[in-house]
Amino acid sequence: MSTLQETRPSERLIVPDVQEGFWTRFQRRESSLAWLFLAPGLLILILFIAYPFAYGIYISLTDAFVGFAERNFIWLENYRRLLDDPIFQKTVRNTFVYGVGTVPFKLALGLGLALVLNQTFRFSRLYRAFLLLPWIVPTAISSLAFLMLFNGVMSPISWVLEDWGIVSGSINFLGDPINAIVSLCVANIWRGVPFFGISILAGLQAVPDDLNEAAALDGANAWQRFMAVTWPVIRNITLIATLFSIIWTFADFQLVYVLTKGGPANSTHIFGTYSYQTLGYTDIGTAAAISLYMFPMLAVLAVILLRYVRRDD
Amino acid sequence: MAMVGSNVRRSRWLSLYLPLTFFMVFLMFPFYWMLIVSLKPNTDLLNMDLNPFLLYSITLDHYSYLFTDTAFMRYTLNTFVVTVGSTLLALSASIFIGYALGRFRFRGGTLMGALIFLCYLVPPTLLFIPLSQIVADFGLYNTYWSLIFTYPTFLIPFASWLLMGYFRTIAIDLEHAALVDGATRLQAMRHIVLPLAMPGILSAGIFCFTLGWNEFLYALVFMSSGDMKTVPVGVVTDLIRADVYFWGSLMAAGILGSVPVAVAYSFFVDNYISGMTAGATKG
Repeated sequence: MSTLQETRPSERLIVPDVQEGFWTRFQRRESSLAWLFLAPGLLILILFIAYPFAYGIYISLTDAFVGFAERNFIWLENYRRLLDDPIFQKTVRNTFVYGVGTVPFKLALGLGLALVLNQTFRFSRLYRAFLLLPWIVPTAISSLAFLMLFNGVMSPISWVLEDWGIVSGSINFLGDPINAIVSLCVANIWRGVPFFGISILAGLQAVPDDLNEAAALDGANAWQRFMAVTWPVIRNITLIATLFSIIWTFADFQLVYVLTKGGPANSTHIFGTYSYQTLGYTDIGTAAAISLYMFPMLAVLAVILLRYVRRDD
Repeated sequence: MAMVGSNVRRSRWLSLYLPLTFFMVFLMFPFYWMLIVSLKPNTDLLNMDLNPFLLYSITLDHYSYLFTDTAFMRYTLNTFVVTVGSTLLALSASIFIGYALGRFRFRGGTLMGALIFLCYLVPPTLLFIPLSQIVADFGLYNTYWSLIFTYPTFLIPFASWLLMGYFRTIAIDLEHAALVDGATRLQAMRHIVLPLAMPGILSAGIFCFTLGWNEFLYALVFMSSGDMKTVPVGVVTDLIRADVYFWGSLMAAGILGSVPVAVAYSFFVDNYISGMTAGATKG
């Protein structure tokens, strides 16, 4: 944001012209023109983010059902009732497991991927293009591949393990609560590694080569060089990528929806899928409350992220 | 010297080829699997004596089934309309926002930049419930407009921050020269800044396209009746059946549904990578 200050207002450079019309004068005044430029985008954001947010809070405080005009204001009753709901309790726990079971792995593997791709080798650009694909392709679609890889009958993973004599019979990947959440984590890690990889790779390209070489000449080993030279440069972008990843994992939907729909027996729901399922029961007040339970956590993460992004700027 | 050479080669194996192979196998395997299943005849697929990782014969039946017996073409059309429409809307709004935030100094500018950034962090799962009501109230339910208007809520913040950064890299002197020569702000913007910003605008457009193509939850809730589904939603809700004969066509749909974004991004890989990290750090 600091660059804003460097941008000098243009009016000082311009010799006033007596003959100019309103429109030309209007354009001179940066603040009026700025707000005019912001207006169309802000209108969309207000109509489809700010308004639904406020409306969502209102719905969550009522006993509204889809298709019924009558609704009563019941204050925090929906929120209170959810605290006693065993599925909701499991949802909160799953979301936590889903975050803790994926983000550290995505970070570690992504860092590894970035360190690999930062080396010079033949066809490195081609590899880079391919290795980003899991993050580019629609998640709903790549999840279909995992749906088959984790299928009780068709899974090639079961086939290999059976062939090697490690397991007898097919593995019930998605039908068992524990297996299901592990499977979800694996698919989530797969999708998220390239994001970390590419973000950290961009940071690595700012690491000065000569500093690394100087440290090597001074006898620093690879780990010492990484901590002293590389890490300070990539620290900020790594933190930013991690915060983004936590937010996205926390608020995920597609992967769980495609692979388990929250099942078996509601054991793998996260906020998004449980809210969607509740909407399906037309209990829109409760559904809105489930979604809004995410808000405090999201707000905290967003504020931290904003501070890092600004420092980076 | 020979010793040093072999050490270097061994360390290169450890630091490069081994992990690279691991990442290629781990990250590419699901795509490989989708591709071979989509080309495999059902008899081979269900024959448990064959190695499932290999192709013994090739068929295009699963692909032709998609075009003749499913609404896949219609889903593709729907997705194109929605994605292109929301991208154009978001891009035009974002060019102005990015320019205003990147160039003008005005009261509330910094705050607006921060607020727009925060909008990017609002996940669809937080707002889809009230939005579904609002979309219905506006009479947009199950129309293209439901997504053309709602996708910009995450496209505008992203594209605005990207373009804001891009506009700042363009020397302001050029514009000042034009202003001194009597051009208005808008003329200077149109004739000087926009042509120079074209690469940035293009990569912002590509991002918007891929983000729009990939969106799932809003499409599932606002536009999933009849033949109005998008590709991700249609494939997930319509092609999964109760028997075991759907895998081939499902994987074929997965391959075809990924092609537009894969192509869009392959043309701009380098832009994409620099832009994504600009996005990652700036919005």
